[in-house]
Formats: sequence, C-alpha cells, structure tokens
Amino acid sequence: MRIGVVTFPGSNCDYDCYKAVQEGLGAEAVFLWHKEHDLQGVDAVFLPGGFSYGDYLRAGAIAAHSPIMREVIAFASAGGPVAGVCNGFQILCEAGLLPGALMRNRSLKFRSRPVYLRVEKSQPPFTSEYEAGQVLQVPIAHGEGCYTADPDVLDQLEAEGRVAFRYCDREGRR
Amino acid sequence: MTEYGIEVRVTPRRGILDPQGKAVGGALASLGFSGVGEVHVGRLIVFSLAASSEAGARERAEAMCRQLLANPVTEDFAVTVGAPAGSAP
Repeated sequence: MRIGVVTFPGSNCDYDCYKAVQEGLGAEAVFLWHKEHDLQGVDAVFLPGGFSYGDYLRAGAIAAHSPIMREVIAFASAGGPVAGVCNGFQILCEAGLLPGALMRNRSLKFRSRPVYLRVEKSQPPFTSEYEAGQVLQVPIAHGEGCYTADPDVLDQLEAEGRVAFRYCDREGRR
Repeated sequence: MTEYGIEVRVTPRRGILDPQGKAVGGALASLGFSGVGEVHVGRLIVFSLAASSEAGARERAEAMCRQLLANPVTEDFAVTVGAPAGSAP
C-alpha cells in the first residue's frame, strides 16, 4: 500500500503524516509536492495540517487550487480515498470535495488542546480498524475550526450517515 | 483593451454568525461609542484588470469571486468596476 502525503507551502504536519503512515500503518509513504501533476500511483492521499499559504484569503483557499489538487480531485471523483486533517480538511471543503466550510472559532480564540472524538461508524476506508462508539483522544490546534453548512446540507449529512467523528467528552457523551 | 480598477467587497453572509463583528462591536461600546448597530467584518480586494469593456471586466471579476475570492457557503461579494487606472478623477 502506498499513500501520498501532499506538501503545500506552509504545511507543517506533512512529516507527522508521513511518519504515521510508515510507522502506524506500516505502509509506504511518498510526499507529493503541490506543484506536481503526478500522484505517483498512490492508493490513497492524505492532506496534512498546517498553515498552507499562511491561511491567506481563507484557510485552505489557495491550496485548494494548487496543481496537485486537480489530480487529487480527479482521483477522489474516481473513488480514490482522500483524507484531510485540520488544514487538509479545510482544503477539502474549499476544493468542493466536501460540503460546507470551516469558519473562525466562535470564541475567536485559537484552540490548542486535546479533545475527545467518538467514532460514529466502523467502515472502510478510514475507520474500519475502530469500533463504532470508540472514543479517541486527539490534539486540535485551530483558529478556524467551526464547521458550517446550510441547514439542508447538515440534514443531508446526518441522514446519509456521513459524519465520521463527533466531539464528545471522555465517556463518549455529547 | 483598457485597464479597469476593480474593488471586491467580501462580507459574511446574512444570518451567519459573525463573532469577529460582535467582538468589534463590543470593543467600540467599551470605548464609549454609543448607538452602534450590528458590526460585520469583511475584506476588500483591490486590483487592476485589463478588459475590452466594463461589462467584460465585471463578468471576469465576478467569476474570480465565485471561484476564489469569496466562499459561497459563508460569504457574499460585491464587485465595483472603476475608471481605468490613470484616468482623471
């Protein structure tokens, strides 16, 4: 299994992602530079966290139009697995691969702390190693982490079971 | 082709929570400015654009807004097409 980790100018968790793929998944990791048009035959693509383009204009807005993203969008449209973490998630929303947008935290504060997430479903490609209801502790570090979408889009996401993780407390409660 | 002056105003969509606007409103109030209504914070993007007509310049600027300059989920945009750069006021 070969997994591509995209590096944009300002990405700072690309190496974390690379190591996680190698050591956590035991898979081959390759870096994909934002200017390239070659996905190097990867089986999946990860968009890592960071501050691509300094969050200029909007977080992820400029990275979403990088040359590599044209290939990532085509790859995803053909059914290829793509995961975005933090800034990577922002990029997926800006690129239109996911609905909605990430807005400034309502507190206006940058939140840097561990949080608990509940795995909603155990299913390929990304959560099949978890159990539904399992509680994970992960770090967040974001100023624009407030997911926003029109009410009908939110209803559709819930109806189609497309929410992968939900913030919760240590016991997995909301 | 003429050079037009483009101004793009990007503002939070009506009804979307604007905590930044609220925070600015609160700061104005604590400075003693009364009578201030809802505050909204947006951004202004300014550039010159070579086009063959004002309508053409507007159309291309609006396409730029839809594709990059504004996020349609959370923002509205307004385009102003000004006199060609360098022309008398």
